[in-house]
Amino acid sequence: MTRRIAILNVLLAAIVMVAAAQQVLINAGGATFPYPIYSKWFDQYHKKFPNIAINYASIGSGGGIAQVTAGTVDFGASDGPMTDVAIKEFQDKRGSAILHFPTVLGADVPTYNIPGVSASLNFTGDALAGIFMGKITKWDDPEITKANPGVKLPSSNIVVVHRSDNSGTTFIWTDYLSKVNKEWETKVGRGTGVNWPVGLGGKGNEGVSGSVQQTANSLGYVELAYAIQNKMTYGKVKNAAGEFVQANLASVTAAAAGMKEMPEDFRVSITNAPGKGAYPISSFTWLLIPSKIADPAKKKAIKDFLGWMLADGQKMTEALLYAPLPQAVVAKELKAIDKIQ
Amino acid sequence: MASPSTTDFSVRPSGRTHAFWQRLRSGDDIAYVITLTCALSILAITALLIFELFRNSALPREKFGWSFLTGTTWDPVVGQYGALPFIYGTVVTSALALLMGIPLGVGAAIFLAELAPTKISNGLTFLIELLAAVPSVIFGLLGIFVLVPALVAAEPAIRAVLGWTPLFSGPFYGVSMFSAGVVLMIMIIPFIISISREVILAVPTEQREGALALGATKWETTWNVVLPFAKKGIMGSIFLALARSLGETMAVTMVIGNEPKIHQSLFAPGYSIAAVIANNFAEASDSLEKGALIELGLVLFGLTIIINGFARVLVLSTTRKGTK
Repeated sequence: MTRRIAILNVLLAAIVMVAAAQQVLINAGGATFPYPIYSKWFDQYHKKFPNIAINYASIGSGGGIAQVTAGTVDFGASDGPMTDVAIKEFQDKRGSAILHFPTVLGADVPTYNIPGVSASLNFTGDALAGIFMGKITKWDDPEITKANPGVKLPSSNIVVVHRSDNSGTTFIWTDYLSKVNKEWETKVGRGTGVNWPVGLGGKGNEGVSGSVQQTANSLGYVELAYAIQNKMTYGKVKNAAGEFVQANLASVTAAAAGMKEMPEDFRVSITNAPGKGAYPISSFTWLLIPSKIADPAKKKAIKDFLGWMLADGQKMTEALLYAPLPQAVVAKELKAIDKIQ
Repeated sequence: MASPSTTDFSVRPSGRTHAFWQRLRSGDDIAYVITLTCALSILAITALLIFELFRNSALPREKFGWSFLTGTTWDPVVGQYGALPFIYGTVVTSALALLMGIPLGVGAAIFLAELAPTKISNGLTFLIELLAAVPSVIFGLLGIFVLVPALVAAEPAIRAVLGWTPLFSGPFYGVSMFSAGVVLMIMIIPFIISISREVILAVPTEQREGALALGATKWETTWNVVLPFAKKGIMGSIFLALARSLGETMAVTMVIGNEPKIHQSLFAPGYSIAAVIANNFAEASDSLEKGALIELGLVLFGLTIIINGFARVLVLSTTRKGTK
């Protein structure tokens, strides 16, 4: 009897040891914007492969870059590509390169509240830059009215609302304005936070949309997914091909597909993208993965996950209002997975 | 013959050890050591806090020096950081909150302690203490959804009365330093009321009886005898309120407008130190911005010490005059 128990114990211990050896725990952290889709992916992947658990902390893009550089997470995530300085810092500290993998696409939309105007307005890049610079101050300015024939706009002052917290959303917005307007580029520039020439600051998408809804004759910008979820009215924006395009998942994916020359490291801004039907204020969001992963189990798990994310994972994006990657980008990324060693 | 235990004590070689053991037995030394450790740990935490804030803000301190305090530009794109608009916003909103909150709070405390029937007083005090426990983000939501629209509606009336001053000029969008001041006032009033009421209740009854016996009316007694007696405690409640309003983050950022500029008008948007740290720290673009935000924390710390010290000196000088 005691012997049988002893054998059982040995067997049990062996099983536990095998299970422990196979269990792979991966820590990741970064951008908050793609958090809903990432947590869905990691959850689905864990259900499919119960021995692999990826834990993602949505601490912000800046935090994601800092943590992956410090080596406290296995990979990071960011709404903006890492700068050359940040990449150099990573190389100095970790002794390997950092790879960017685009996962999904997002976009910013202009949202407004003008009493008596329910039409979807058209905005040119110069109109948006002028308004956010404080140069265009009234809704019936010619730069706005000429793009909106047939819409009667009031002669009231425009109240500008922007994000008060540093954010990837602000980076996409200011990156677009910098590309379409030289004056904006030299005087304000692009960044997750900038020195706004005019306007009120709202915290988060909810802060901006709250201020816009409560303030008559206001104009702000929010993420496309947030605008769709909250059934907000938002304007069309003129793209590089000269069309006024409504932001939706298809027109955002079209912006990514329009990029003819995708750089090897995927660090690319797709605002003001060429191509028909491309929505101009769109952007990738990236996973930041070290090119050298010491633990072979972790390395295999991360590479397998990337392959799954680019195939099955992409089918889950639209339900959560993220635009999927175009096929050409997926194909290029599948090849890039081999760079992880 | 003496009992063994007394013999034991009498043969102990040193009188000092004896005294120590006896005191230890009565617990005095243990209590002394424990409470001393508690007191020292508070000092240690404060020192560590200042040291960490100082150490982590080395980058902007070296780059900007004292001009950090006087700079008015906050531009992460070019790496230019100045703290003045945030200092201004913090001081103005807190001053506004105290200016409106002190008369209301102390007045309510006098009513509850001296004039109201006990039942009403206890009931109301319970409600007010509940108010003090409400998390600040709730006040912020209340501010943005109820107070801001109400202030927009009340704007013509405010302008009609106070519009002649430059403090209430310019356009009003609802979110402003004035709105932040009002939200802060609502948040600090419970502190002022509940502490001031306790202090006023603690004034000895003999003081009141003496004044009444000399022929003073009830109000004269309250105003000339009870309040001067309770003055120090009331001041204490105001310090606590001031500390809370200087450091308040969530409620302020939701209604202040978050514009780092110095405007004369209270109807204009502003920005406070605590709000900009909360807004930008998680997504600070580089180590210089992170350092600048930490230095702002240091500035807020210094600001709190200066304002509190100034207020304390003011109180001390007036109380001395009063007792002479």
